[in-house]
Amino acid sequence: MKKINFLILALISSSLLFTSCNQQNKSSSGALASSAAEKVYVAPGEHDDFYAFVSGGFSGQMSVYGLPSGRLFKVIPVFSQDAEKAWGYNEETKPMLNTSHGFIPWDDSHHPDISQTNGEIDGRYVFINGNNTPRIAKVDLSVFETTEIIEIPNSAGNHSSAFVTENTEYVVAGTRFSVPIPQQDISIKEYKGNFKGSLSFISVDPEDGGMDLSFQILMPGFDYDLAHPGRGASHGWMFFSTYNTEESHTLMEVNASQNDKDFIAAVNWKKAEEYLAEGKFTTMPANYAHNVYDEHTHTATSTMKKEVRILDASALPGLVYLLPTPKSPHGCDVNPTGEYIVGNGKLSSDLTVHSFNKMIDAIENEKFEGEAYGIPILSFEDVLAGTVKQAGLGPLHTEFDGNGNGYTTFFISSEVVKWKVGTWEVVDRQPCYYSVGHLMIPGGNSRKPYGKYVLAMNKITKDRYLPTGPEVTQSAQLYDISGEKMELLLDFPTVGEPHYAAGIPAELVKPRSKKIYNLTDNKHKYATTSDANVRVERDGNEVHIYMTMIRSHFNPDNIEGVKVGDKVYFHVTNLEQDYDVPHGVSMIGANTSELLIMPGQTETFVWEPKQVGVWPFYCTDFCSALHQEMQGYVRVSPADSDIELTWSLGED
Amino acid sequence: MLIGVLLPLLLFVFPLWKITLEAPQYPTPLGMYIHINDFSDANPHDIKNINLMNHYVGMKYIPEAIPEFKIFPIGIISTTIIGLLIAFKAKHRWYLYWFVLMILLSTAGLYDFYLWEHDYGHDLDPKAIMKFTNPDGSVMGFQPPLFGSKDILNFKAHSYPQLGAFSLALGMGLSFVAYLLGKKELKNSKA
Repeated sequence: MKKINFLILALISSSLLFTSCNQQNKSSSGALASSAAEKVYVAPGEHDDFYAFVSGGFSGQMSVYGLPSGRLFKVIPVFSQDAEKAWGYNEETKPMLNTSHGFIPWDDSHHPDISQTNGEIDGRYVFINGNNTPRIAKVDLSVFETTEIIEIPNSAGNHSSAFVTENTEYVVAGTRFSVPIPQQDISIKEYKGNFKGSLSFISVDPEDGGMDLSFQILMPGFDYDLAHPGRGASHGWMFFSTYNTEESHTLMEVNASQNDKDFIAAVNWKKAEEYLAEGKFTTMPANYAHNVYDEHTHTATSTMKKEVRILDASALPGLVYLLPTPKSPHGCDVNPTGEYIVGNGKLSSDLTVHSFNKMIDAIENEKFEGEAYGIPILSFEDVLAGTVKQAGLGPLHTEFDGNGNGYTTFFISSEVVKWKVGTWEVVDRQPCYYSVGHLMIPGGNSRKPYGKYVLAMNKITKDRYLPTGPEVTQSAQLYDISGEKMELLLDFPTVGEPHYAAGIPAELVKPRSKKIYNLTDNKHKYATTSDANVRVERDGNEVHIYMTMIRSHFNPDNIEGVKVGDKVYFHVTNLEQDYDVPHGVSMIGANTSELLIMPGQTETFVWEPKQVGVWPFYCTDFCSALHQEMQGYVRVSPADSDIELTWSLGED
Repeated sequence: MLIGVLLPLLLFVFPLWKITLEAPQYPTPLGMYIHINDFSDANPHDIKNINLMNHYVGMKYIPEAIPEFKIFPIGIISTTIIGLLIAFKAKHRWYLYWFVLMILLSTAGLYDFYLWEHDYGHDLDPKAIMKFTNPDGSVMGFQPPLFGSKDILNFKAHSYPQLGAFSLALGMGLSFVAYLLGKKELKNSKA
């Protein structure tokens, strides 16, 4: 008995010893390393060093965060209606969500990418893909608004996009799901050989940024998962990872995982341009929407395009080569020099790295191992630069710091692993909480990464935050990568699922950010740029109100003569020309959202009054000390009433 | 003397005065330049925004034009012509007369500016949204300072001369120096 007591005592004391020991270690490391809190603290009124544009996944939007603070500044509506900003609700932006399937109020946004000049991010635009109903959107960073959306025909699951070439010549959009091209009524069982993939190249006008679907490359019926452009020596090439080279159409988790190796498809788009110039394309009838928001008319227009140029990869030699890559590669990433192409074999523990020079060598010597639908397959050994061995489980994505290191996320083992480019040795690893997907280093997919931080984006958070019922947030985690070892600094929740992000030094964007829209540049069809032009007009049962707003009143604010059954258009112009003085407007019973109108801007909402009475409208954005007084009335009379249309402000 | 006479012409290029309004909500302060013939924004839309701010307390809009914008340029051109005649034709004694003339006119100009400011700050709309009273019960005025800085409600107002005014002052100073030099020269030649 005594012996046992002694044992227990010894155990307790030793555990105490260990505990105190641990505590000592903790505090000593805390004293040595500078505190993480200090590194992410951006004092009130100070600005962050970086912008991070984080995709919203199934929210369809893109959010703007500051790094290192992790503070959320804005959620830019892209593919989904946003009542807060009237995106897709007001008459001006409804056309932005038009597609060949009609008005679609939602999409699944995945991969933002910043425009580049000479291989460096330039801060003009962010492009982002809509995955579900294939679309590419362009966000203009002078206004932080979506200004253009183009639909992608012959595509389904627009996943391997929106990635930008070195001089923003193209934004690419590869199809994840192969489909009959053109679409037709055939049995799903006829997939093999009949279903095709398409890789779309959208040109970007160097002057005005206008997008145009330049051409599509018709590919075998694989799944095209992710992509990245060549740069430096490999500029002119685009690399796409593929899976389901088995061409299966059911129980894909099993049937698409049978081949030991799938491919990275190397596409020579300079060659494609040659073929186009030689007229070796076919023009295929198509139907896709091209939606453009004009900053001066403050209005979007939607145009249906009717054809697309097709290049057939099977028939045009030198256009595409296939690089065998193990285990259903997911991310397809290119290092800053453009020499290495990483295939993140998601069902593997290894990371395959191909060499661009070796690839060119093999192509020149025609060392082909076989072909798939006429597309040459290079031999794995001929193009392999190296393997990062046993680095973790389930590699998904890689980015680079510009100092010769790669950083790869491992979904299954839930970690970021740092490794050396060239020696392929693992240098460090840090856990993610939990199940990390993409990661982002500002400029990490350009010639010039800003390797101070890496942002890892997690799919699940479980217990990481205060619980919010069954649905809990996704998250992003910020690591300091300026030292040899990575250091976890910050953990913050995100809007929707953060698939990918694009980061850029604030200084490249901040000076170009607009403060107001100039009233004198307002070319909106229904703008009222001075109080002299305020009026209400009737056209049949349509009533158009040309209204202005300025601190702190609407003009007019009393309107009579509207009738039940009318369709009333409120065309409201914000006459303010001061920074950060938006006004809102909303009407009781209007089947739409409020308007949130920036200084110098005009927006329109429609109200169809159904009940007789006097109905108020008011400003929804606390604009001034007299905000609560910023209100007005519309008198609605019965349909057969003959009360004349009158309007006024300040009349007794 | 010639330089002294010509310097006030810079008033047509550079502003005479500047009024700046600072408040926490205006990290970039609102500002207005007063030229000899115009009011102008320090930053785009500043005057519009000053007007918007001031309408809460019933102040009038800063006018597009005031009669002074016609009178002042005529005054400056006239005095320059007189000065030029003096510089080329007259004796140094006249330099002093020109200097005194300029002093008188500038003072008159400043007084006129003060009167305008006073009216601008005190002639308030009786239906003003916000009415403020001084501790003694009188209606609070919002006159910006003629020279210097002053707290007006949530704003700190600054009012200082600009390059145009400095040119005028320097020109006048030079004419006085020219007078002194002329006097000395005369003495020397006599001796």
